Amino acid sequence: MSSDHHAHNPGFISKYVFSLDHKVIGVQYTVTSLIFLFFGFSLMMIMRWQLAYPGEAIPLVGGWLGKYLVDNNGVLLPEGYNSLGAMHGTIMVFLGVVPLAVGGFGNYVMPLQIGAPDMAFPKLNMASYWVYFAGGVTMLSSFFVPGGAANSGWTAYPPLSNIANTVGTYPFWNGQTIWLLAMVLLITSSLLGSVNFIVTIMHLRVKGLTMFRLPFFVWAQFVTSFLLLLAFPPLEAAGVLQLMDRVFDTSFFMPSGLVVSGVVQEYSGGGSPLLWQHLFWFLAHPEVYVLILPAIGIVGEIIANNTRRPLWGYKTLVYSVIFLGFMSFVVWAHHMFLTGMGTAMSTFFQTTTMIISIPSVVILTALLLSLWQASIRFTVPMLFALSFLPMFAIGGLTGLPLGLSASDIQLHDTYYVIGHFHYVVAPGTIMALLGGVYFWYPKVTGRKMSTLLGHLHFWPSFVFMNTVFFPMFMVGLAGVSRRLWDQTEYVQGIDVQGWVRMSSWGAWGLGLAQLPFIINFFFSAFAGKKVDANPWKATTLEWAAPSPPPHGNFAEVPVAYRGPYEYSVPNAKEDFHPQHIPDSQVV
Amino acid sequence: MSSELLPHTLDAHPVTGMYNGKFGVWLFLASEVMLFGALFSAYILLRTHGDFPTHKETLLNYKIGALNTFLLITSSVTMVMAWASFKLNDPGKGKLYLWITVILSCAFLFIKIKFEYMHKIHEDIIPSTSTFYGIYYCMTGLHGLHILGGVVVMLYFLTVGSGLWNKNQQQFTNRIECTGLYWHFVDLVWIFLFPVFYLL
Repeated sequence: MSSDHHAHNPGFISKYVFSLDHKVIGVQYTVTSLIFLFFGFSLMMIMRWQLAYPGEAIPLVGGWLGKYLVDNNGVLLPEGYNSLGAMHGTIMVFLGVVPLAVGGFGNYVMPLQIGAPDMAFPKLNMASYWVYFAGGVTMLSSFFVPGGAANSGWTAYPPLSNIANTVGTYPFWNGQTIWLLAMVLLITSSLLGSVNFIVTIMHLRVKGLTMFRLPFFVWAQFVTSFLLLLAFPPLEAAGVLQLMDRVFDTSFFMPSGLVVSGVVQEYSGGGSPLLWQHLFWFLAHPEVYVLILPAIGIVGEIIANNTRRPLWGYKTLVYSVIFLGFMSFVVWAHHMFLTGMGTAMSTFFQTTTMIISIPSVVILTALLLSLWQASIRFTVPMLFALSFLPMFAIGGLTGLPLGLSASDIQLHDTYYVIGHFHYVVAPGTIMALLGGVYFWYPKVTGRKMSTLLGHLHFWPSFVFMNTVFFPMFMVGLAGVSRRLWDQTEYVQGIDVQGWVRMSSWGAWGLGLAQLPFIINFFFSAFAGKKVDANPWKATTLEWAAPSPPPHGNFAEVPVAYRGPYEYSVPNAKEDFHPQHIPDSQVV
Repeated sequence: MSSELLPHTLDAHPVTGMYNGKFGVWLFLASEVMLFGALFSAYILLRTHGDFPTHKETLLNYKIGALNTFLLITSSVTMVMAWASFKLNDPGKGKLYLWITVILSCAFLFIKIKFEYMHKIHEDIIPSTSTFYGIYYCMTGLHGLHILGGVVVMLYFLTVGSGLWNKNQQQFTNRIECTGLYWHFVDLVWIFLFPVFYLL
């Protein structure tokens, strides 16, 4: 980018803090978002105590949580429970999974896979990380303002969100307003990132790397970037409108004659709470695919590499992902069947929702068929990728009853919904992302992560993921609402309390199961077994670069001679043909 | 980063026909379309919900609006002239046109604030007066911020950033072109805002 010759010998700050190198930025994103993931998960471990043992003091951390979250005895307050719930959702989605999947993996791996020296706009790339970081710090700061963090759910539905968090120095210094400001920063960050990704993928591919020779992961990032680019701005618009409502007392989302606690609200009125829901879900449904697609991409890479054969139906996968991207823009109102928006609307969105399930099933089927008759290498990343398939399938299939407007009447806003989307995002996406960490770790550090610790991480995580989320289906089918501070106040809640406790113990177990990973992640960086540039015997271009890749990535600019997954080619010297080696040297 | 420029920083990519920056700006504008598109959609939904006044019942003066429309369209023309002058290797003229663009945009902002916002605030008409004025302040305000952003970028190229011309003329001209693309978009948004608020 710059013709600045000082860039050859940068100091510590410009090399590791304000770096323009996509690899350093990718690592920054990865580490930051893993920390946010664990933090967001910790909030949930606290909430699970209140759910399992309602009204009992929180052990260990109860005394540390402060007056906005717990009372004098260390019991979680209802308002505190709502804050933790809202912040858990926000942090996991916007500060954890998306930055890890796109900012972390996308930034590090994608330019290497297309043979590029860097992203197309290195300075934008750096700005994207630091705006994300500022957004994260802003979001966390809201725990300390009067009244505590935002407590209207991660969806921030008005009118509740307009009238919530009004103690303290309203309208500025309070949880919900800070939530909105932080969201604007995070949206800006993803906008900068997505522009960069699309230009990089279109413009910086090396010679010979046509679009249909791109690794599946790059395709997944490509479609994801379009979703981020086009779906986030409506949420930004909605955020600006809600900010106006809170700060300047407008009534975009306030209906005329709203009564709160017996008091008629003095607003000019004429607004519509449904407007927020439309704008919010116009982002948040494509956002679901932003969460899933990079994970599917990672799973595709790991499966091709560890089955030692081409991905089954590569082009079908690519077309499915593109179709999924388009369709994800026309399904948003299936989150709103029960808002009274009308049966005609419900019918339309029910139909599109059924249609979008088709490419999802095609993708999953293609990945499953890739395993058929393969001699699978059960490496640690492969274990994660394999566990992704059935758990993502459970998540997807349990979504169908929610997408049908009739069965949604029973299931809407119950724990069944929580179980459904967590199966997609946690046992699905997060397991795939963890697999990705194990898979590309040797490329980033030049060392492998410990296999023993990897197994100690995988097996308990796999068991506990299901222990946490499967009982939620039973709790939800029994009719327990998803946002209750104490569900045992209801008859249906008492009956399923055993399942709730099982979920909670599963969550704490899952927390413990991450310890081997944390140890493995940091210690392997200097104690792991040293490996060469291509330890997995993979074919894609990132393995043509040294491990770790130097500034500028490749010793000499590679040329792509073939598609991404040329494994087990008959009559070849080895069972894999890297993309960058000419035919004359492999046959 | 190596000391060399990344591929397609200056030359067009054979498939897209654009250099990196231009492609990036077009993508950014696509995202901006979604931002303003969402706000226009919100306007439509609110209009069908609430009792919106017609333009005759509001304090919005279409003559001032028309004058501002004229200023912005003129500034789009001078923006093109600035880019063309740089392209024709005449930086003096290019800078002159860029200055005229800055002055026209500042005039737009001055009129908007002094004769429209201040006047309305003086008459006790603020965003919370009605949903109509709320969305009016919100959308024109956001548009005003876009104008301000454009002015900052142009001033940067006229002052601190002008040194790039001596180092790499083509790169500098490309950046002016990208600024111009953004500027035309901001202009276009106003061309939608003006009839929606002042004439409907």
